[in-house]
Amino acid sequence: MDLRQLYQEVIVDHNRSPRNFRRIERPDQTLEGFNPLCGDRLTVYVKRDGDTIADVAFEGSGCAISVASASLMTEALKGKPVAEAERLFEQVHDLLTGASEAALEGKLTVLAGVREYPSRIKCATLAWHTLVGALHGEHKAVKTE
Amino acid sequence: MNAWRADFPALAQAVRGEPLVYLDSAATTQKPFAVIEALDHYYRFDNANVHRGVHALSERATAAYEGARDRIAAFINAQSRRELVFVRGTTEAINLVAQAYLRPQLQPGDEILVSQLEHHSNIVPWQLVAARTGATVRMLPMNDAGELVLDDLDALLSEKTRLLAVGHVSNALGTVNPVARIVAAAKARGVPVLVDGAQALPHTPVDVQALGCDFYAFSGHKMFGPTGIGCLWARESLLDAMPPWQGGGDMIRTVRFTGSEWNELPYKFEAGTPNIAGAIGLGAAVDYLGAIGMDAVAAYEADLLAYATDALTTVPGLKFIGTAKHKAAVLSFVLDGIHPHDIGTIVDAEGVAIRTGHHCAMPVMEFFGVPATARASLALYNTHDDVNALVAALARVHAVFA
Repeated sequence: MDLRQLYQEVIVDHNRSPRNFRRIERPDQTLEGFNPLCGDRLTVYVKRDGDTIADVAFEGSGCAISVASASLMTEALKGKPVAEAERLFEQVHDLLTGASEAALEGKLTVLAGVREYPSRIKCATLAWHTLVGALHGEHKAVKTE
Repeated sequence: MNAWRADFPALAQAVRGEPLVYLDSAATTQKPFAVIEALDHYYRFDNANVHRGVHALSERATAAYEGARDRIAAFINAQSRRELVFVRGTTEAINLVAQAYLRPQLQPGDEILVSQLEHHSNIVPWQLVAARTGATVRMLPMNDAGELVLDDLDALLSEKTRLLAVGHVSNALGTVNPVARIVAAAKARGVPVLVDGAQALPHTPVDVQALGCDFYAFSGHKMFGPTGIGCLWARESLLDAMPPWQGGGDMIRTVRFTGSEWNELPYKFEAGTPNIAGAIGLGAAVDYLGAIGMDAVAAYEADLLAYATDALTTVPGLKFIGTAKHKAAVLSFVLDGIHPHDIGTIVDAEGVAIRTGHHCAMPVMEFFGVPATARASLALYNTHDDVNALVAALARVHAVFA
C-alpha cells in the first residue's frame, strides 16, 4: 500500500502550515464541526459580501487529513460565490466516495487518496459539512461520525 | 520464544503485504484454535437448545453450556455456579446491575460513585438510572499518572452512596486499580462495589472472593473467547434479592396469567435462548488460560510491558498517556504534532494494528487534554519483535510528516 497516495506532499504541507488558519472577528456566519470518534474539532468562519464568500477561515485541531482538507477548502472558496461551496463539496464528496473524479480539477484532487481509507472519509468531509452548515445559517454544531 | 503465539491462527497472516503485528487486544483479543474448534464442534455435532429437550443433542448442548459455566466460575474463584450469569458482555452485565439491582432502591439525592478512568460502559448505565431516579453520579478522581486518588475516597463515600463502580484495569491507560483496597474502604462504609473486569481477566489472575467486591463484570472476547458472551458474577444473596431484568423463556419456573414464578439462580437472569456456542467458546478460553496459568501470563506480560515501555521511550516526541506504577500491558501515547489517527493509518500500512481514538473513555481524554491517543495493547501472544515492529512503524510516521 502506497501511503503517499494518502499523505501527498500537498496534504502534508497544508497540515503543517494550514492556510487561513485564524479566527475572523465578527464573522457573518460561523459554525463548529466535531468528529466525536476522532476528536477532530474545528470552527469555520465566513465573511460574506452578499452572495460572495469574501473571506473564509478556520481554527481547531484534527488529523492531517481533516486539517489539510479544511485548508484546501478555504483556499478554493475565498472570493467565490456561495453556491460554489456546495457545488465543490458535492464534487469533493464524489471524489472521496469514488462516484466520479472527472468533475474536480486542481489541488483538491489530492484528496482522492482518502478513497482507499473508508474510515478516514469523515475526516476529509468535516470542514465541508461545517462550512455548508454555516452558510445555511445553522447554529447547532455539525457532527460527523 | 513464544509458544503461545502459534495457538492463534489469525496472527499468522500478512496484512497490506506485511506480517500482521496485532497490538489491539484491549479492543478484542485473537482466538486460539481451542476456542475456534469448540465453536466448530458445537455447531457441527451438538447444536440444540439447552435445558429443554430430552433428546441426545439437547443433553450434550446443555452439558457443554453448563460445564462452561462451572469452569468459568472456578476460573474466577466464585463460591458457586449460581453466582455466574451469562450475558452478552461487560456492558450488559453493568446495565443489568444498574437496572435490576440499583434502580429499584435509588432515591432522589442518592449517590453513585464512579472512577474517572472508566470506560463509557461503566459510566453511562449509572447516568441512565440516576436520571430516572434523581440520584447523582459522583466521580472518584485520578492523578496525572492515571492513578485513582484514594486520599479522596473516604470523603466521597457518604451515607448517600449506594454503589461504587470501578474498573479493575483501565482500557485507555492500562492502570491496574487497587481494587481490594477500594473495596475495603467501601465495605467499611457499607457501600457495595461493582468491578468492571473486562481488561483484567486476559492479563492477571482474578479471584472475586479475595477482591471482596459484590459484582464483577467481564467479556468473553477480551479474554480470547467469542464476542457476544460475557458474565456477571454477583454474590448469591444480592442476586436472590434482585428482581429479574428481562422476562421470557428459561427464566421462569411457572407462568400463569395470574402471575409467574421465577426460576432459580442463575437462570432467573437468563431469559430466552442464550448464546450457547459463545458460552462453550468462553469455557474453552478459560481452559486455555487455565492450562497456561494466569501467573505465567502475568509474568510474561510484565516483561513485555517493561520492554515496550523502554522501546517506546526512545521514539522522538512520544509522550505516554497513563504512567501508573502498576500497569497492565496497555500503552497509550501521543506523538508531538501528529494526530493519533494519522499514526494509526500509517502504522497500519506497515501491518501494525493499533487503536486510535478516545477508547470509549472521553473523560480520560478530557483529563489529559488530548482529543485522542494511539494505543498499543499487548497480550500473551505478543513478542519483543512485535514491539520492535511498532517502533519501526513509528519511524515511518515521522518520515511521512518530515
